[in-house]
Amino acid sequence: MVKEISVDTIWELLHKIPDPEIPSISIVELGVVRNVKFNEDNFHITVTPTYSGCPAMSFMKDEIVRAMEAEGISNYQLHTSLAPPWTTDWMSTEVKEKLKEAGIAPPSEKVQCPQCDSPKVESISEFGSTACKALYKCNTCAEIFHYFKKF
Amino acid sequence: MADSTLYKYVLSLGDDALVSAQRLAQWTYKAPFLEEDIALSNISLDLFGRANLYLEYAAELKGGNTTADHLAFKRNERQFTNLLICEHPNGNFADTNVRNLFLDTFHKLFLEKLVESKDKQLAAIAEKARKENSYHFRHSSSWVIRLGDGTKESNSKVQTALNNLWMFTGELFEMNKVDLEMSSQKIGVDREALKPQWKSIITDVLTEATLNIPEDVFMTSGGRDGIHTEHLGHLLSDMQYLQRAYPNAAW
Ligand SMILES: [Zn+2]
Repeated sequence: MVKEISVDTIWELLHKIPDPEIPSISIVELGVVRNVKFNEDNFHITVTPTYSGCPAMSFMKDEIVRAMEAEGISNYQLHTSLAPPWTTDWMSTEVKEKLKEAGIAPPSEKVQCPQCDSPKVESISEFGSTACKALYKCNTCAEIFHYFKKF
Repeated sequence: MADSTLYKYVLSLGDDALVSAQRLAQWTYKAPFLEEDIALSNISLDLFGRANLYLEYAAELKGGNTTADHLAFKRNERQFTNLLICEHPNGNFADTNVRNLFLDTFHKLFLEKLVESKDKQLAAIAEKARKENSYHFRHSSSWVIRLGDGTKESNSKVQTALNNLWMFTGELFEMNKVDLEMSSQKIGVDREALKPQWKSIITDVLTEATLNIPEDVFMTSGGRDGIHTEHLGHLLSDMQYLQRAYPNAAW
């Protein structure tokens, strides 16, 4: 029943889609979903890429399609926008806390160890397992961790 | 219908990114150490992303059934308009970092101007690429400094790389008919005007790296006209193999 579905319903559904690389946060929390609008009988979902070469992007779009189809929603269109470019500034404090819980240092001016909060860390590599992460080492507790780069 | 100037312009930028990306991807699994392998692969991935944005836009401008994949996999060597420096073989680790430094420094300046393009899509692509390029520049410039200011051996390898690649840098600043028209319409960038700043950044990096700036020698060019070095054909045969052997294969 199309009329029972609102823009809020769509947001709720999108909130349930995890980031394929960091499952503890959703694609909405990541800042990839920019907008949901209802216009001329259609829901318009606008997404923006994190890094332009991020291979997870097409996977996220497929996940959105799957989520809509699972709810029997067919009157929607998926758009991609490039401007304004994605930034980690769109992540809330709450989301950054979730990253920390997952053992990933959240984007910040000053990188801290997600395990012991020590600021005595050193960069091992600016490029981690994915474009959005760098590899660090904590000189206090010796933990090697990912840092979600401020971007 | 003849191709529009804007199409040619966007295509040339897409070709630069695509050929650079494919070249860098050849380091995957054989970089000097694991972290570096990941770094070069990630930079390559960023460039593939940049190429995809440009080529999708070019395909849209071309119209008909053209897709970005079509442009990447179904054109011949002479139809590619990338600059020669992009197709230059990786050589050793110093050669690759010098090539990256030349290109990353150029893009730092070029993209800063392209964000002001009257063409909204080009401006948006530039804004996205600019952020990523700042990481690439940090990577290549810090390696050139480390290697230059390193051992006698590493210093001599970077110096050789610089001397060998210098002849490809003139082309970065060449303005052909397409560039001139796009620049006059405030869609494209005046590449020639970027040269003094480029030279000044490169000079700073090389000075810190205790390396000598090569003297201006004969500068080679031709990439924008499809006149390539023998290296591009080999790169394309590898990249296009699947679509050539199994046309329209999809998965
Ligand atoms: Zn620690």
